[in-house]
Amino acid sequence: MTAVLDRPSDSSPEVGRRSPLRRRKPRSRAGKAGPITYTLVVLTALVSVFPLYWATVAGSHTNAEIAAKPPPFLPNATLFENVARASEQAPMGLAILNSVLVSSAITVGTVLFCTLAGFAFAKLRFKGNGVLLSLVVGTMMVPTQLSVIPLFMMIADLQWVDQLQAVILPTLVSAFGVFFMRQYLSTALPDELLEAGRVDGASTHRIFFSIVLPVARPAMAVLGMLTFLTAWNEFFWPIIALTAANPTVQVAIANLGSGYVPQRAVIMAGTLLGTLPVLAVFAVLGKQIVGGIMSGAVKG
Amino acid sequence: MTLADDSPRTLAGTTGLADATAQDVADVRPPRAPRRGPSLSRNRWGYGYVAPFFVVFGAFSLFPFLFTAWISLHDARLSDIDGGTFVGLDNYAALLGNDFFWNALRNTITIGILATVPQLCLALGLAHLLHYKLRGRTFFRTLMLMPYATSIAAATLVFATLFGRDYGIINTALEAVGLDRVDWEAGTWSSQIAIAVIVTWRWTGYNALIYLAAMQSIPGELYEAAEMDGASRWRQFLHVTIPSLRPTILFTVVVSTIGAIQLFGEPLLFAGNGSTTGGSRNQYQTLGLLMYQQGWSNFNVGQAATTAWAMFLIILLVIGLAAVAGRIRSRRRGDLR
Repeated sequence: MTAVLDRPSDSSPEVGRRSPLRRRKPRSRAGKAGPITYTLVVLTALVSVFPLYWATVAGSHTNAEIAAKPPPFLPNATLFENVARASEQAPMGLAILNSVLVSSAITVGTVLFCTLAGFAFAKLRFKGNGVLLSLVVGTMMVPTQLSVIPLFMMIADLQWVDQLQAVILPTLVSAFGVFFMRQYLSTALPDELLEAGRVDGASTHRIFFSIVLPVARPAMAVLGMLTFLTAWNEFFWPIIALTAANPTVQVAIANLGSGYVPQRAVIMAGTLLGTLPVLAVFAVLGKQIVGGIMSGAVKG
Repeated sequence: MTLADDSPRTLAGTTGLADATAQDVADVRPPRAPRRGPSLSRNRWGYGYVAPFFVVFGAFSLFPFLFTAWISLHDARLSDIDGGTFVGLDNYAALLGNDFFWNALRNTITIGILATVPQLCLALGLAHLLHYKLRGRTFFRTLMLMPYATSIAAATLVFATLFGRDYGIINTALEAVGLDRVDWEAGTWSSQIAIAVIVTWRWTGYNALIYLAAMQSIPGELYEAAEMDGASRWRQFLHVTIPSLRPTILFTVVVSTIGAIQLFGEPLLFAGNGSTTGGSRNQYQTLGLLMYQQGWSNFNVGQAATTAWAMFLIILLVIGLAAVAGRIRSRRRGDLR
């Protein structure tokens, strides 16, 4: 597009703020919910939350107490003792620190690399652009599980077993992220804005940092949240690449149950401790995460 | 621009925005700028910007993926970075004669069906409910996404407690209504149902939100027309909502099926002790778990790689079937018009 800006108001960052991520409220044709709908929705919400709630109850009672009739339905202070015992059985503190480090590194890397690639695919014309983009989409079909055998041999050869880079590096990009950023930027980033930057003599990098990044921020936030969540919960590769000595949260709680006499209450308390950070994030950013999943999910 | 902004279409749909802006702009060229930055068309930096993705993907996904095929042709241990002894297709012949493989394949299929079908049906119904005007809409949606935010490890450990033989609340509830206690972990069907319940719990809310997003982009006129024809709510759901969601449904079916074929964490942790056998009689050992057992318990990576490739071929088969199904659908619809 070669149109040149005339009215400066159009080039203000406000253009980018009209984000395609923002959805309109459900259209008026959807009827009001009746009592049956409310009952079913509340029931589903209860089923969604009950197992996590029950973990707090089971984490604060002995086997005998939990088997009583009727069973206890409230947690109590024993939960904290059991959390402390879980921390003795597995290095939960280290695990949470490791998970924060790993998930943050993966999030920063994924968001940066996906925004770079998404911008290039959306706005830069270079030979093979289309072919490369379909390659990216095609890579979503390669299941990660099928790569783990050589991957493990590689990290074993590099002496990276039990080291955090072994779980960070392979997860540093995401095909979904590239596609997501590309879709966002091709609509949210007006060509005129880029052209204006070019007329001012800005280099491609300068354009990326001063023009593209501010416009991309809402989508980067959504991708960041989803990436962090996925990275925190990643199980398959960490359980292969790490050991109980230097675990992420998932590896640590998976090992809580492998003792000779697994103590159910302690396992529940430890599981809860490892899940709490992501639930806290969810309580604060739940609305944005819901919006992100709904906006990223729909294919044209 | 206002048009694109107000439309309920999402990300992938709103391609009109940039074009609309271009038309708004008067085509008056200013005096030539003294110094211009690089042209955005024919920009060699494009390669530089997409390079990190392809380098990381190539090194840590594509290369290992292809190398898995090479290893599957070898008798190799975990330490054999150079590949072990070449044995041709022996591993594949051994796999086809391996009872554990057929058992794992059967378990993967039954657990997959038990997990995927109810999950997607429930998600569809739930999306329909959430589509009504609800008070506290965001609150409910967030609660329903909580299971998705819970990790596989955490969810499985909690559900193993719920399904516990002696102290599980589910057995307590069964007894309270006069039914017998069930040894969930020991039985074939009971353990597979329990594992399917974990998967269903984790993914129903997520799929419901995907369906809901697609439902919100169905044009209201379709419903108005149906209403004028006197169609009930239920008939509207059957004849307007479901057909409009068909591409989304096909997409979720493929994604859930691929996930089901790779099921690993739930069966690994369901007994609570991280055993790779999938129960004392392998009653819930899946292909993913079998691969892990072959590679990391038996240290036979040649066989593990063979199982991995068998899984990949099954996934390809599923994608192929879905593509055919999608094509038949669209062709049939084309005939009707």
